[in-house]
Amino acid sequence: MGTLLRKEFREQWRTYRLLIVAVVLAFFGWSSPPIARYTPLLLKSIPGVPPEVSLLIPPPTIADAVGQYVKNVAQFGLLLALLVPMGAVALEKERGTAAMLLSKPVSRGAFLLAKFIALGTTFFSGLFLAALGGYYYARLLFPEPLEAGRFALLNLLLFLELLVYVALTLLASTLARSQATAAGLAAAFFAVLLIPGAFPQVGRHLPGELASWGSRLLLEGPAEPAWSALGISLGLIALALLGAWAALRRQEI
Amino acid sequence: MEAIRIEGLRKHFGRVRALDGLDLCVERGLVYGFLGPNGAGKTTTLRILAGLARPSAGRAWVAGVEVGKGDVRHRVGYLPEVPAFYGWMTPREFLADLVAPLYGMRPAEGRTRAEEVLREVGLEEAAGRRIGGFSRGMRQRLGLAQALLHRPEVLLLDEPVSALDPAGRHEVLEHIGRLRGQATVFMSSHILADVERICDAVAIIDRGRLVVAAGREELLARYALPLLEVEFDAPMEEVERWMRTLEGNALVTGAQAAGRVVRLRVGEVERAKAELPALVAASGLTVQRYEWARPTLEDVFLQLVRE
Repeated sequence: MGTLLRKEFREQWRTYRLLIVAVVLAFFGWSSPPIARYTPLLLKSIPGVPPEVSLLIPPPTIADAVGQYVKNVAQFGLLLALLVPMGAVALEKERGTAAMLLSKPVSRGAFLLAKFIALGTTFFSGLFLAALGGYYYARLLFPEPLEAGRFALLNLLLFLELLVYVALTLLASTLARSQATAAGLAAAFFAVLLIPGAFPQVGRHLPGELASWGSRLLLEGPAEPAWSALGISLGLIALALLGAWAALRRQEI
Repeated sequence: MEAIRIEGLRKHFGRVRALDGLDLCVERGLVYGFLGPNGAGKTTTLRILAGLARPSAGRAWVAGVEVGKGDVRHRVGYLPEVPAFYGWMTPREFLADLVAPLYGMRPAEGRTRAEEVLREVGLEEAAGRRIGGFSRGMRQRLGLAQALLHRPEVLLLDEPVSALDPAGRHEVLEHIGRLRGQATVFMSSHILADVERICDAVAIIDRGRLVVAAGREELLARYALPLLEVEFDAPMEEVERWMRTLEGNALVTGAQAAGRVVRLRVGEVERAKAELPALVAASGLTVQRYEWARPTLEDVFLQLVRE
């Protein structure tokens, strides 16, 4: 397992996946508070915009910065969770490296788990950088207090949400024979989770609720916990990994 | 003791029968050639033996362990037909940091052994280069290196020299030949001259079934073509005129001329060996060469597969 993990970490680094995830998440994490802070000013400065419109825009608050941060990181994180892991297994099967590796004393479970841990670490690193910058600029640009511990908790919940999508893409990549099919299948899995999320009664039990819970905790103090969303997210991760393992065990490579 | 045993192996891909009841035994320590036309089931057999595919029916054992029941991968080295690697790695990293630890080698041992096999397959100078830039031939050499790294008891090689130039082929085949007695080499190949050169025994399969399996010399002797080649130093018309005189001769079952060379197919080899010299001498033509043709593995292969 250690050997496979080292290979996966090295692959994340050498194939620039770690860099891409880190740069994208860091950029949107760092830029969110300034966007929240300066968008109203930018709108006011646009020539021809009637003064009534700028009066309608309320002065930005820390809640806007956090909202912008959560929205950007979750959206681009979701996109990365589709694009980065989609070839993790499918591409290895397509190219023949999976056959080369699995003809050696390697368990298929360890093969998958190493990939998941490495992908998780990559996303964690990206989110860590995003959180550092996001927190710094939020404190710098907004006078309201922002508790570091709760901001970290928000990011942890965001990370867990992204991890659900990473696990689902890994499952799709295992089920599919090619990277393109894996992407399509992962997009279908995402749709199954995201579309019902638009209905509040269902949505509060789905992974998307985790970030809302984190935001409430951060901005409003003790909030109604979203234990069902947390349980379902952890369950989905476990199910996706178990499904991937069961599928890979049955597959001829 | 057998290194490989295959009993009634079947593999279906939908309606296609890749293997249709294959039976085979390979003794330990041999270099064993596994031949067959395209689609005969060679790669499927090797993939099943390597544990990458499952048979639809039948059983197989490698190094005494039944495939699918126990894990034999520690004792087997496998080279796929088109070996694939991580392009961002170097051969040294691939062998020492990835493959060697998977076989339980310590870091220092892995590094030493990696250098050894890279030297053996002629890749020592490219050991620090990215595999992504390698030619097919270099990848095949690296494929052989990774199969040899842990000194396996059984080597399963699928077309091990197909991508190599003649010099490379010779070098790699020499190396495979030197493994005789240390490991059992089970190799498929389309290049029959190569198989004939290094293999102790040969199995020919067609449409997923065994056609014949025997020692190389035994096979060549069993299917020896009773064929005599006579090359004359005489005008072609006279050669053809003499050839026509053989028509109806009970000794000669067929005759074919190619320029001044006549190929005579005979029914009874021993009688022909005794009587044909006189018949040729009676032609009155100058004989430049008189030779009983030695059959090649290719002749035997073509004969058996056509049958």
